[in-house]
Amino acid sequence: MSLLRIDDLHVSFRTNDGTVNAVNGVSLDLAAGETLAIVGESGSGKSQTAFALMGLLARNGTANGSVRFDGREILGLRPRALNAIRAEQIAMIFQDPMTSLNPYLRISEQMTEVLRQHLGLSRKAALARAIEMLDAVQIPGAAQRIRMYPHEFSGGMRQRIMIAMALLCRPRLLIADEPTTALDVTVQAQIIQLLEELQREFDMSMILITHDLGIVAGSCARTVVLYGGRVMEEGPTEALFHAPSHPYTAGLLAAVPRLDIVQDALRTIPGDPPDMSHAPPGCPFAPRCAFAMDACARMPPLVPRKAGEGSWLRACHADPEAVR
Amino acid sequence: MTAFILRRLAIAIPTILALIVFSFLLMEAAPGSPFASERGVPPAVLANLEAKYGLDRSLLERMGIYVWNVMTQFDFGPSFKFKDRTVNDLIAQGFPVTLTYGFWSFLVAITVGGTLGLLAAVYHNSWLDTLAVGISVGAQVLPNFVMAPILVLIFTLWLGWLPGGGWRGGQAAYVILPVIALSTSYMASIARITRSSMLEVLGAGFIRTARAKGLPMRRIVLRHALKPALLPIISYLGPAFVGMITGSVLIDVFFSTGGIGQFFVNSALARDYSVIMGITILIGTLTVLFNLLVDVLYAWIDPKIRY
Repeated sequence: MSLLRIDDLHVSFRTNDGTVNAVNGVSLDLAAGETLAIVGESGSGKSQTAFALMGLLARNGTANGSVRFDGREILGLRPRALNAIRAEQIAMIFQDPMTSLNPYLRISEQMTEVLRQHLGLSRKAALARAIEMLDAVQIPGAAQRIRMYPHEFSGGMRQRIMIAMALLCRPRLLIADEPTTALDVTVQAQIIQLLEELQREFDMSMILITHDLGIVAGSCARTVVLYGGRVMEEGPTEALFHAPSHPYTAGLLAAVPRLDIVQDALRTIPGDPPDMSHAPPGCPFAPRCAFAMDACARMPPLVPRKAGEGSWLRACHADPEAVR
Repeated sequence: MTAFILRRLAIAIPTILALIVFSFLLMEAAPGSPFASERGVPPAVLANLEAKYGLDRSLLERMGIYVWNVMTQFDFGPSFKFKDRTVNDLIAQGFPVTLTYGFWSFLVAITVGGTLGLLAAVYHNSWLDTLAVGISVGAQVLPNFVMAPILVLIFTLWLGWLPGGGWRGGQAAYVILPVIALSTSYMASIARITRSSMLEVLGAGFIRTARAKGLPMRRIVLRHALKPALLPIISYLGPAFVGMITGSVLIDVFFSTGGIGQFFVNSALARDYSVIMGITILIGTLTVLFNLLVDVLYAWIDPKIRY
């Protein structure tokens, strides 16, 4: 049975310039213990999908559709019920560890408050657990350094602290929203490796949201490609990367700079991301797509790439063989 | 922390000294004299008066004596206009009055303004927000010299609940109207600053983290958001408190409360040099002290600030 099931999720924001539709009918399925990557460029709706299921949308945002966690509908839950799920069942870490830790509070307080809130631990027991968790994410001298403030740590250390904080209640699902984007390249690899290890050790499911295809390749079994708030393609990561069947996936992969080939210029996908306040009714990628045809004026359904191949879905009218 | 405060106090002393010298020279440069009158004073009388107040000495000598007396004995000298009364007497009489209604105004402005601003930010774009913004705009556009007559009209002339002036040793009934009149515009500013700074903090990444941690809203606001949101409010409060004391001139005049504001204006009109200087130095010292207090509070709230 799936741990998380998102059905036809829509997220929209009321702004002064009209309604922005950030997510337009995303459906996902995640099994217990599975790792899933959500990739896409900025504004593709990948972060908003995660925020919607955690109830973290900005004040002017609304989410519609269905999000079932462990069989229970969690979209639109009252704050109190939602707070019992946050951190306890689903935890989240964010893009920028510089701004996602409170600079005015000691690490000890920011960590122990989670344990005291959710597990009702005493101050002392909570502190001991927090130190254990900092040890687990390999922060040297955790017992002393837990008394410090966030600005006394480096970026990589802060992200480790964020990870430790997220795992305090042993959640069943960890959502990592661009966890390495704000970090140095060398630190990125360490953080991803740490996440992989902890995911196995804690036996949890993980959703890794990123635009960095390089970190997806090694760490996630399955990948969902988002564009314009819709799922373009979804399949086993390795196969998908070797033989993309959607023009957008192919374009994304081609745009990854390679060190083993001499390149004069960066490969890019021509055109700009769609303006989500005036999104076209059909496939959002059609205006930039080399394979666009008349049929693209209607959004193609998300269907198996080949008949009977249920683990690899795509939403495209073009011939998959031609795209590769 | 102690070293930081001592260092700041050490810097405060030359600042206040400079203030004393500067206001002394400014008074010296101002035209007119406390003894000038329309009838004119006979030269012999004038000479006697000047000798009595030490005005026959050279400028440097007088300044030296003045600064010495102020710095070592807090002695601001005699008043030129009130016979047999020193500046210290006048301040001792007026300052407790000013401080009393200034303190209550400060407290009212912070509690009412802070609460309004906090509620407006937490319930942003709700009817509560609209109400709070409405109240603070209304209070902002009513300066105390407009507020005071309106209050007297309503509470004294129409309702007859409260006295329209006087002090009577600071009885509650006499304090209420001056406090309301003085605090409203400060209350409005505090509400506005609290609202905008709280709104900014509530949009920060670490607030999203706190929400993702499943903390109740009350804890998020009071424990995670309040501290950083306080910073701009605190930097406003330091000067505002001093402003309440100096800006009390109109309150003193309108309600006949007898605070230092009244002496300040009267002495300026009468060229009562020593009183002007005494009050200027008092307010200047308060400003320096409150700025120091603001710095200390800043360092206490924000761990990134080093002492």
